[in-house]
Amino acid sequence: MNGVGIVFKRELLSYVSTSLAYLFTVIFLVLSGIFTFYLGHFFERGQADLEAFFNYIPWLFVVLVPALTMRLWAEERSTGTIELLLTLPVPPFVWVLGKFMAAWVYLAGALALTTPFWFTVNYLGDPDNGAILAGYIGSWFMAGGFLALGSMFSAATKNQVIAFILTLVVCFLLVASGFPMVQDFFSAWAPNGVLDLVADLSFFRHFEAISRGVIDLRDVLYFGSIIVLGVWATAHLVKRTASN
Amino acid sequence: MIKIQNLEKKYGDIQAVSGISFDVAPGEVLGFLGPNGAGKTTTMRMITGYVQPSGGSVSVMGIDVAQAPQQAQKIMGYLPEGAPLYGEMTVAAFLGFVGRVRGLRGAQLKQRMEQVVAQVSLQHVMQQPIETLSKGFKRRVGLAQALIHDPQVLILDEPTDGLDPNQKHEVRKLIQNLSKDKIVVISTHILEEVDALCSRVVIISKGRIVANSTPTELATQSRFHKAIFLRFSQAYEALPSLEALPEVGDVEQVDDASYLLFAAPDKAPLHAVNQLIHSRNWDVEELHIERGRLDDVFRRLTMEAA
Repeated sequence: MNGVGIVFKRELLSYVSTSLAYLFTVIFLVLSGIFTFYLGHFFERGQADLEAFFNYIPWLFVVLVPALTMRLWAEERSTGTIELLLTLPVPPFVWVLGKFMAAWVYLAGALALTTPFWFTVNYLGDPDNGAILAGYIGSWFMAGGFLALGSMFSAATKNQVIAFILTLVVCFLLVASGFPMVQDFFSAWAPNGVLDLVADLSFFRHFEAISRGVIDLRDVLYFGSIIVLGVWATAHLVKRTASN
Repeated sequence: MIKIQNLEKKYGDIQAVSGISFDVAPGEVLGFLGPNGAGKTTTMRMITGYVQPSGGSVSVMGIDVAQAPQQAQKIMGYLPEGAPLYGEMTVAAFLGFVGRVRGLRGAQLKQRMEQVVAQVSLQHVMQQPIETLSKGFKRRVGLAQALIHDPQVLILDEPTDGLDPNQKHEVRKLIQNLSKDKIVVISTHILEEVDALCSRVVIISKGRIVANSTPTELATQSRFHKAIFLRFSQAYEALPSLEALPEVGDVEQVDDASYLLFAAPDKAPLHAVNQLIHSRNWDVEELHIERGRLDDVFRRLTMEAA
């Protein structure tokens, strides 16, 4: 697993050495500020918590994570560097995991930069810090789920735009499936079992559960299995690209 | 030793490589030739484990590439077609990355990096991002990463493609200077390169081998083999008497004063031509015997297969 570390380091450095990461971080921070303070009415709520922030973060990820993941593999394929990687004496899985981890840690860094919100609520009042920490952990896990799916779609195509759109659509559906608009669509004709299944598939449901401050094993397992599945599928897609 | 047996690759209905077999022994520099689309790159990708064969096998130093790709890749250095690289990395960071992935560490990595950097003359661009380098430098970075672990087997897909004549010369010199017990396979469609570099040539066309021999042997198959090029200082009426010589087959008049004389089957016409020149007292400016032209053989072999 030594290889994972080397790949991880290279990928993480490539985020820092290209303007992409800075741009992404700035957009992420600006948007999360707008969502929290304007749309979330952070001050008007008069409550010392970060709900205004956590309510919008899934939507923020829906748009931003696909932009981050679209290049993961699609770029390697279109520039041909994938041939270089896959002829180095390291199994494809190591590359996939290293890239995923680097992106995930990078997103952890982006999330960490929003902690001034956290300091602010502590300055203004007396929030439930445990719940906020849980919210951050939930956000990070959710980001991991998005990343794993994005990495999979990126490995499925050479075209970064296609990777972006596929990831965006699937992530959007996964977040929205817990919301009334989607639920209403199913409730008209589908049995309750299907309705529950659709709701259970929702990123938002599981994220909400964690960010309320209850880290339930089922919710962690949900994101964990999406990550494992996504990374596994990516490794297979990468291997398949190679053999063709 | 590289052993390739009945190697095949199908992409859907398209047969890219159809059952090729050859061996390459240590110390050999094998020139892998063929027109574009003949299956050169696909074959090299199968040797390096990037593409899975549809049939047949490749073994490198006794390691089956399909069974143990990583083990085989450890002892190979590979320059993929077009030398793809990470543009945003500096040369130093990129070579360090490849070296570490290949298991080099600390002092050993530093020493190997210094060696390959000197070998391909990259000293002055080490801290530059690769994307800012010229094509020639990029190709050299590609070569450096293939050499970093001092591999026993080197697979180079068109190492001089797109380089200017000076750069081509440098790359060839580098390949020639590699240690003598290495196996080197280079693909190219530049025939002068084969003459300059390769101890053996395999020509493929439409996914099949059409020739496997030394460049010299191959040249003897040329129509120009043993042909005599003759240039007089002035335009004589030489054509009829040259054509009349029994040792000479065809005569081609190149320009007013130059002729190309093809040998009649199994004849060596030099002596007869010499005598004729003497008896007529013709003034000769240039006379040489052609050893045969590879491009001529290449064209014939690959057109026949088409």
